Amino acid sequence: MDGPADPGRRDFIHIVATAAGIGGIAAVAWPLIDQMNPAADTLAVASTEFDMAKVALGQQVVIIWRKQPVFVRHRTPVEIAKARADDNAPMKDPATDASRVKAGHEEWLVVLASCTHLGCIPTFAQGDYGGWLCPCHGSQYDLSARIRKGPAPLNLVLPDYAFIGPTKVKIG
Amino acid sequence: MLRKLFAAASIAGVVAMAVPALAASTQAPLKDDVHWSFESPLGMYDQVQLQRGFKVYKEVCAACHSLNLVAFRNLGDPGGPFWNAKYPNPNENPVIKAIAKDYQVADVDTDSGDAIKRPATSADYFTPPFANIYAARAANGGAAPPDMSLLAAAREGGARYIYSLVTGDGTEAPAGLTIPAGKYYDPWLSGDVSSYYKGDPHKTPVGSFIAMPPPLVDDRVSFDDGTKATVKQEAADVSAFLQWASDPKMEERKQMGVSVMIFLVLFSGILYASYRQIWRNVGH
Amino acid sequence: MSDHPSTYQPGTAIERWLDPRLPIIRFGADLMSFPTPRNLNYWYTFGGILAFCLGVQIVTGIVLAMHYDPSGTGAFLSVQRGIMRDINYGWLIRSLHANGASMFFVAVYLHILRGLYYGSYKAPREVLWLLGCVIYLLMMATAFMGYVLPWGQMSFWGAKVITSLFGAFPLIGKPLTALLWGGYSVDDPTLNRFFSLHYLLPFVIAAVVGLHIWALHVPGNANPTGVEVKSKADTLPFHPYYTVKDLFAVSVFMILFAVFVFYMPEALGKVDNQVMADPLKTPAHIVPEWYLLPFYAILRAIPDKLTGVLALAGAIGMLFILPWLDTSKVRSMRYRPTYRLFFVIWIVACAALGWCGSQEPDGQIINGLAGPVLIDYDINSVTWLSRIAAMYYFAYFLVITPILGLTETPLPVPDSLYTPVLSHPAGVPAGAAAAPETKG
Repeated sequence: MDGPADPGRRDFIHIVATAAGIGGIAAVAWPLIDQMNPAADTLAVASTEFDMAKVALGQQVVIIWRKQPVFVRHRTPVEIAKARADDNAPMKDPATDASRVKAGHEEWLVVLASCTHLGCIPTFAQGDYGGWLCPCHGSQYDLSARIRKGPAPLNLVLPDYAFIGPTKVKIG
Repeated sequence: MLRKLFAAASIAGVVAMAVPALAASTQAPLKDDVHWSFESPLGMYDQVQLQRGFKVYKEVCAACHSLNLVAFRNLGDPGGPFWNAKYPNPNENPVIKAIAKDYQVADVDTDSGDAIKRPATSADYFTPPFANIYAARAANGGAAPPDMSLLAAAREGGARYIYSLVTGDGTEAPAGLTIPAGKYYDPWLSGDVSSYYKGDPHKTPVGSFIAMPPPLVDDRVSFDDGTKATVKQEAADVSAFLQWASDPKMEERKQMGVSVMIFLVLFSGILYASYRQIWRNVGH
Repeated sequence: MSDHPSTYQPGTAIERWLDPRLPIIRFGADLMSFPTPRNLNYWYTFGGILAFCLGVQIVTGIVLAMHYDPSGTGAFLSVQRGIMRDINYGWLIRSLHANGASMFFVAVYLHILRGLYYGSYKAPREVLWLLGCVIYLLMMATAFMGYVLPWGQMSFWGAKVITSLFGAFPLIGKPLTALLWGGYSVDDPTLNRFFSLHYLLPFVIAAVVGLHIWALHVPGNANPTGVEVKSKADTLPFHPYYTVKDLFAVSVFMILFAVFVFYMPEALGKVDNQVMADPLKTPAHIVPEWYLLPFYAILRAIPDKLTGVLALAGAIGMLFILPWLDTSKVRSMRYRPTYRLFFVIWIVACAALGWCGSQEPDGQIINGLAGPVLIDYDINSVTWLSRIAAMYYFAYFLVITPILGLTETPLPVPDSLYTPVLSHPAGVPAGAAAAPETKG
């Protein structure tokens, strides 16, 4: 029989084996988790391009982006002025109108059509602020889609978008 | 008893020599005059070849054969014909966007509700040439041209089979073989031609009759990289492209395999050492 | 739970609190310290390998079910377009699941061969063996239904052929088949219910595996000598001795698994399954997956449909009744050289049946030779080779096993499973007085 086993050496190989095993399990776990992330076909429709030339002054359209509704509103100068006038009014989620539009394209307001209270789609030209009114629980938004009255906590959400032409936007 | 056995055996022997081999499905052995870059365990696709193959598919095959499982963005995926490391998201790859725009896909006009056609985006799939399988059959003499997305995986021999079949299409019929109207003889299409053959039964030609006319001729396609477009070259390139279409993850799979095999061999070694350490000085 | 009293002593305060309320840590500790015969060889690691395989199938299966569409129109696309191309690592998880099923059967066949060779099925372990047979049956049902799910040509037509077998039963055959199909043929309703049952059965398997391990721990493990454990000195605690050995065996097994998954993912499949199911077009050769081929060969060997179905059931049934067919007083084939010979021939017969199952029934064994036709088939045909191999298969269980157990003269069986090696008596090198068992 050999002499008593060296305890240091005995433990070392088991520690290495355990560490390698844990590394292996982590490497296996990643694909099993990542498969739940959005798949390539979902990511392919992550962006939507839209040509706003058809939207006349004072008109609004609802387009679909990532399977959700988005308001694209072509605001009149009167509407823009009214929104600007309220920039410093007391509100739950203060924001200036300028911060909610793109420079040089102030007449275009692009917001998610989902009330920030519980997700219903608000209707336009209702309520005291000239903007949107949510029929579910009475939240009211102004002409910059800022929450002015009612239970909703935040302004209508601005999606990530950019102008890729004089009237074309890419959302997402 | 033994005598009866002997009699039976000799009768069997005589019968064996007289009766010809049973008619069965036959096929010529697949051609091996092409080197396929992806065949070995570590072999990868040749991207330039895939581009040439895509051109052959687009200009020759797509007239009749759909590619329903492949989206334009897949052409820009890693391992694909137009993969560009500068555009890890193939939807932003300008080459892909340009290819897609050339195609028209069915859509609905949201204002009027009419069925319209719009230019494809990278997210769309290749449009099939026929509206449905019945139209495909009607336009091709009763035989619908198969979808090509998984063709290389759905045939024994994969790319090699497709190459052999396509270059063998229209082979001159050996003496005694009558080719039915509207069909072409192909020794690489598995089948039984004995009912069309008059001659030595032991020399029945292998293969079958295919409804597709020989699809390739020299210079049918002009390759952007200047490679001479012989039938052999076109066939090899489109076969490689179809192999990619049926197995787009091959490169990722083989590369991952290398890391996994190395890890497992080392890990097995470590575990073996651990096992020997624990069982040291223990009788068993 | 077994005749092995628990030696666990709760250590920490939490353990002392938990133990009288729910002794789950005691349960685990008892499993780990279970006295296991010290002479178990690598054939005994397949149980652990099988547990690993079941875990892999369940985890990969649940993940695949997140993306699978069990409808006739959507199934093929959800697998070939969604999982194989779009889902992150979908191709890998699918390949693990499909090849994992084959690996599961490789392991179960080696596990069964071990049980047959060492007589592990003999008293008092008959229930352990029966539970194993039940697991095997559930595995075959699960695998059969799983193969239908991708809805390829082979999925559809394999399902059609096998479910049609139930029509062979007189009187109840047709209504039973309609009940299974949920229609007039294999169609959407069939696919949907196969998906539901395929998701369910692995958990039933897991429960029976629990019973299987419980049934093992009552008498304790058998061992290669077939001689029962006589004292503590014959055993070693399961952990760390056999946990590390099982882990090493699993790691080597994973190497084989990885070769298939990464370098030959479709080698064990059929190319026809890459084509979407078409009820109007039958593939040239309909074959089940490799692990079902021997039974397929037995089924086809018999000209009458109902008798063929009964022969198929009987072939599996032979395993169930084996403990009562074997009359030998000696457990392990290590000491039964004559029986071992017949066993090897039985393995060859099973392999031959497997090969026959993959061939066309009128395929020739020796090319170019035509012999007399007997019961519809040429003697030089795959069907006759299946018939001969099937006859041997049944004869092995029903004739050879009972008779040989009584007539055979076995080799002398050692008194105990372990004889300690004498350590350095003067002038004698260690290992000189090793145990008398020959390796086998």
